[in-house]
Amino acid sequence: MIKDITIGQYFPGNSIIHRLDPRFKLVIALAYIVMLFAGNVFVSIITGAVFCIVSFALSRIPFKLMAKSLKPILPILLFTSILNLIFIDTGKTVFKLWILKITSGGIETSVMMIIRITLLITGTSLLTYTTSPIALTDAIERLLSPLKKIKVPVHELAMMMTIALRFIPTLIEETDKIISAQKARGADMENGNLVQKAKAMIPILIPLFISAVRRAEELATAMECRCYRGGEGRTRMRQLKASAHDFVAAGVTMIFFAALIAVNIII
Amino acid sequence: MDNTFARCEDLVFSYDDESRDVLCDVSLSFKRGEFTAVLGHNGCGKSTFAKHLNAILLPCGGSVYVDGIDTKDEERLYDIRQRVGMVFQNPDNQIVATIVEEDVAFALENLGVPPEEIRERVDEALKSVGMYKYRMHSPHQLSGGQKQRVAIAGIIAMRPECIVLDEPTAMLDPIGRREVLKTVKRLNREYGITIILITHYMEEAAMCGRVIVMDKGKVLLDDVPKEVFSKVELLKSVGLDVPQVTELVYELNKYGLGLDQHIITEEECTEALIKLLS
Ligand SMILES: Nc1ncnc2c1ncn2[C@@H]1O[C@H](COP(=O)(O)OP(=O)(O)O)[C@@H](O)[C@H]1O
Ligand SMILES: [Mg+2]
Repeated sequence: MIKDITIGQYFPGNSIIHRLDPRFKLVIALAYIVMLFAGNVFVSIITGAVFCIVSFALSRIPFKLMAKSLKPILPILLFTSILNLIFIDTGKTVFKLWILKITSGGIETSVMMIIRITLLITGTSLLTYTTSPIALTDAIERLLSPLKKIKVPVHELAMMMTIALRFIPTLIEETDKIISAQKARGADMENGNLVQKAKAMIPILIPLFISAVRRAEELATAMECRCYRGGEGRTRMRQLKASAHDFVAAGVTMIFFAALIAVNIII
Repeated sequence: MDNTFARCEDLVFSYDDESRDVLCDVSLSFKRGEFTAVLGHNGCGKSTFAKHLNAILLPCGGSVYVDGIDTKDEERLYDIRQRVGMVFQNPDNQIVATIVEEDVAFALENLGVPPEEIRERVDEALKSVGMYKYRMHSPHQLSGGQKQRVAIAGIIAMRPECIVLDEPTAMLDPIGRREVLKTVKRLNREYGITIILITHYMEEAAMCGRVIVMDKGKVLLDDVPKEVFSKVELLKSVGLDVPQVTELVYELNKYGLGLDQHIITEEECTEALIKLLS
């Protein structure tokens, strides 16, 4: 069943990381990314790794889950490190075969790159593992709300994201039903080459599309019935309130940053 | 203040100008606290009529007044929509948020109610439809009947005076249907909310205080259920059924048994048959 797909990759829990205010988490995650790519490579990798490992331990996300999130990027890691190995030509030559030359500089860069990308993915996955998509949308809306002044449709974008999140399971379920219905009518979806498989998708996509349009129309009416009139004058039931431990987390991030800058200045 | 909640006078409506009128000269009024069923064949204009009661559609001719407000009065649009809530057939297509309680809060957030009051009213609304313990669930984890009750809670939270339900049970299984009807009946009884229930189930209509039958955009019958359902032939001629017991009495009467054609409940029917047999 495709219904079992989890949306986003939220892993519900009650750890300190889970309970952080999503706005803080988002900003901290951004700071972490900057941390990874700023200044001296060694220093930033060490700071980033410490930061990442500590948050990961605090979040109580199973290690297996985290490893799974890294799997899809393996090809990218491999590809970039091979490119780095081949094309970087600095330092001592370690290995030479015809035109292929691997240097110590190349090895160094590719190892650093692997660590950096791994840390990047682990850190950002930690954000999506510990924050529900809806909390994330909420945080984005509130963080970007100053942009409303320059006419960026922040509320509208957040509303669209919410509705998309709401309808993903509904549409997945519907796709499932349509696939079964078409199979029952003798549609063949497993066999054939790429073109035939693509063609087999048409009888699934068309009913899905029609139904989505109808749903959209009904939803719009239902929203109007409930007095929806855009973001103006709208209040929210759930207020995001920063608590002491949000500020502690922000403080810790700042200390890491300060350390990073200090070390960079010294060396 | 008088006892009439909503009133329409010579309401005429068509979706685009040239084509035929979907509603022609509909004049109806609804009393506060009344429980009315609206019956009619598919495409006879029930949904179109319902959408006039909260200014989703505006009349082409005639007028509609809700609580004394003309629905054409744009300034008071949200006063009207807050007074008349609407529940639709497909529960999936009227739930906006990904968490039950957030969805119930949707209308109040739109109305700009302060957060603490929203909290209070959401909890109250969820309790009144018996969905309080599901408040943190995501809608796709719920059954059809539960989703429909969440949709009703989203309306109740606005504290409306009237709820219009457009075939709310059409997509539900028997259990879901019973849940929804029980909820609606309770809202009418305990909170005095005016209910207008559009339905295809004659048994649902039989339990209402008043039944309106529509045909081709006109009001055909408007009376208490007993009187409406006693006109079996007229109802059949516009493609409608009658409750099963009424049908039974009708068929028996063809053989000259002379039963009262006003029977609409099983108890009445049993009683009449026992009397006949003894
Ligand atoms: N959005 C629309 N645009 C044009 N015609 C419509 C629209 N909605 C309904 N109609 C037409 O209006 C008539 C009444 O529809 P409706 O009120 O939905 O009937 P009911 O709810 O009784 O089944 C139908 O003939 C239908 O085809
Ligand atoms: Mg309809």
